[in-house]
Amino acid sequence: MWLRRQGCLRPAGCGVEELRRRRREREAALRKARREQQLISKRLLRDDAPEEGEGGCVAVILGQAEIQQFLQLAQRGTEEKERGRALVSLRRGLQHPETQQTFIWLEGSMRTLVGLLTSNQALLQLEAARCLHELSHSEQSAVAEACLPATSYLLTYLSGHSSDFIELCLYTLGNLIVESEAVRRQLLPQGIVPALAACVQSPHVTVLEALGYALSQLLQAKEAPEKIIPSVLGSTLPQHMLQLLQPGPKLNFGVAVEFAWCLHYITCSQVNNALLITHGALSTLGLLLLDLAGAVQRTEDAGLELLACPVLRCLSNLLTEAAVGAVGEQMQLRDERVVAALFILLQFFLQKQPSLLPEGLWLLNNLTANSPSFCTSLLSLDLIEPLLQLLPVSNVVSVLVLTVLCNVAEKGPAYCQHLWPGPLLCSLLGTLAFSDTEVVGQSLELLQLLFLYRPEAAQAFLQQSGLQALERHEKEAQLQDRVHALQQTALHS
Amino acid sequence: MQLPPAVHARLAGGPGAAEPLPVERSPKAGAAPFRFTARQVRFPREHEFFEDGDVQRHLYLQDVLTQVAGAPERPRVPEFTCQVAGCCQVFDALEDYEHHYHTLHRNVCSFCKRAFPSGHLLDIHILEWHDSLFQILSERQNMYQCLVEGCTEKFKTSKDRKDHLVRRHLYPADFRFDKPKKNMSPATPRATVQVSAEALGAEGEQVEGDAMEVCSEPAGERHTAGRRKLWSISRTL
Repeated sequence: MWLRRQGCLRPAGCGVEELRRRRREREAALRKARREQQLISKRLLRDDAPEEGEGGCVAVILGQAEIQQFLQLAQRGTEEKERGRALVSLRRGLQHPETQQTFIWLEGSMRTLVGLLTSNQALLQLEAARCLHELSHSEQSAVAEACLPATSYLLTYLSGHSSDFIELCLYTLGNLIVESEAVRRQLLPQGIVPALAACVQSPHVTVLEALGYALSQLLQAKEAPEKIIPSVLGSTLPQHMLQLLQPGPKLNFGVAVEFAWCLHYITCSQVNNALLITHGALSTLGLLLLDLAGAVQRTEDAGLELLACPVLRCLSNLLTEAAVGAVGEQMQLRDERVVAALFILLQFFLQKQPSLLPEGLWLLNNLTANSPSFCTSLLSLDLIEPLLQLLPVSNVVSVLVLTVLCNVAEKGPAYCQHLWPGPLLCSLLGTLAFSDTEVVGQSLELLQLLFLYRPEAAQAFLQQSGLQALERHEKEAQLQDRVHALQQTALHS
Repeated sequence: MQLPPAVHARLAGGPGAAEPLPVERSPKAGAAPFRFTARQVRFPREHEFFEDGDVQRHLYLQDVLTQVAGAPERPRVPEFTCQVAGCCQVFDALEDYEHHYHTLHRNVCSFCKRAFPSGHLLDIHILEWHDSLFQILSERQNMYQCLVEGCTEKFKTSKDRKDHLVRRHLYPADFRFDKPKKNMSPATPRATVQVSAEALGAEGEQVEGDAMEVCSEPAGERHTAGRRKLWSISRTL
């Protein structure tokens, strides 16, 4: 269950430190982009293994004359192989932004390329498509938008049968989709959603992964909730997506990652999550979560968080739907194993990807908030102590942990009986020493519930210098009233 | 983070929900100045809560995380020839052959030998070009179906359909897979010129012509479309 492609796009002579530096730069750029709501990423399919010998993937800058020459040769050459080679040379040139610019401004160039794309020579078609793919990957809008004349053909070819070609068309479309709303305004009326829906029945894993990618780009668009998601939900795509997420021998990791993200973009847009629930999204994703936890246990951890993240998000958002109560037993999420799986994943995140801990705890909150059964599971599976071990990670994590504990405590004395005696009180004395107001505030809420349903805990609190711990916050505006109330409760206990 | 063995055991066990402990709330819980209420939370798309996960997702897409790269080199096989009658293309890689076969031989019209990119377009072609019943019916009802997958509109004439494709679906006016059928009548001068085969012609001598002529304004179109620019590229240039 791993990615089909394992290769090296590393430029020659790149040390580990250099790679790390580049990665940090990329990460910073992505964060900035996300805050500006401009998160765009494109995927490049490059086939040129032989390139590596020539000092890495060095793209050649072609001038106007050279481009024209290659195009003419491709169009009018006598031998198909020769024509194909001309396009290969053009493609190599198009890997360079300067060549891309020259190309798009050259009169008739795109027209010729589209002509070759739709020619009856299979090899030329493929090579023309590869040239187009290079252009689609450009970071410059003008270049990507210059590919618009080809889109109706790319969509037409999706109903073909040549899996490599379809894959290429899909990645190209995916790159174009994410470029601008102008591009999508053309692709939507051209029927991209039905074309993708027809294509999702392909048996080829590579096609499916490419389709998932293209669809995820479409669903990520700003205007998606109003303009795109309704038609996607109205197609057969949701059922197929869920099928492709079902755990089992046929589950392909790369495909699942793409469709899980698709599902996330749909669910967090809150357009019609009830529909997804009636298609069994909760049970499918729940089973997938179990499967992921199993994979973690077997230490098959290569990139599992890439799939875990969207699955957690979808489950968390879907659980908030009112529709959940309205569907049958099997469609709901009641299985205790989900809690076990979630903790196995939390442990995994703590080691490999701490930034995902909040997302996992968010799911835990949504599972436990209104469910006595899941709260009971936390207690019977002895998960309180592991939960407490997460407190030191960060303020955000602390607040979430405390919120989950409040979910348990607020259910009454039968629950609080299992919370004290135990390590909880000591941990709370610890969190009261935090400077973060929200952490302290949530600690106070938990203490109130604990003292209410388990008065003996208040006495123990006093004995462990609880009052002094409270005193620190007496002047804090957001905390004073609660601090005062707790001091009274403790003293009168 | 230490997990008790019961957790792993539970995961391996069968489905089931825990029998809940009795719930018994006091009205004092969460009463002022306290405010806690157990509630589920949802986050909308752009919420900063998702920032970290989104960044990881995009790093993955940009290949930084897992260094996804080009497909492995295709295995070469001893040269072989396409077995379809009349085709003498030679190949040394199976994927090249696959694409060739699907492009030229898979959806071929048995009447006129034209090849189409999909079964859908082939079906429409056969209906409109080779089905005499179609001609009869089309005089009385709208028979020309829209080419776009998912659109159920039908039209009286092929021209109406083309207009629909251009206006409604933003298709290029010279969309290669929607050429009007060759009209034998001498009364309409320009329109009779079949500039290029409707599809990927298998006829040898038309091969070169197709590749080139799709680049120029087809004569028939010019007649009906007037001076309108047919190539959307001209907007971006």
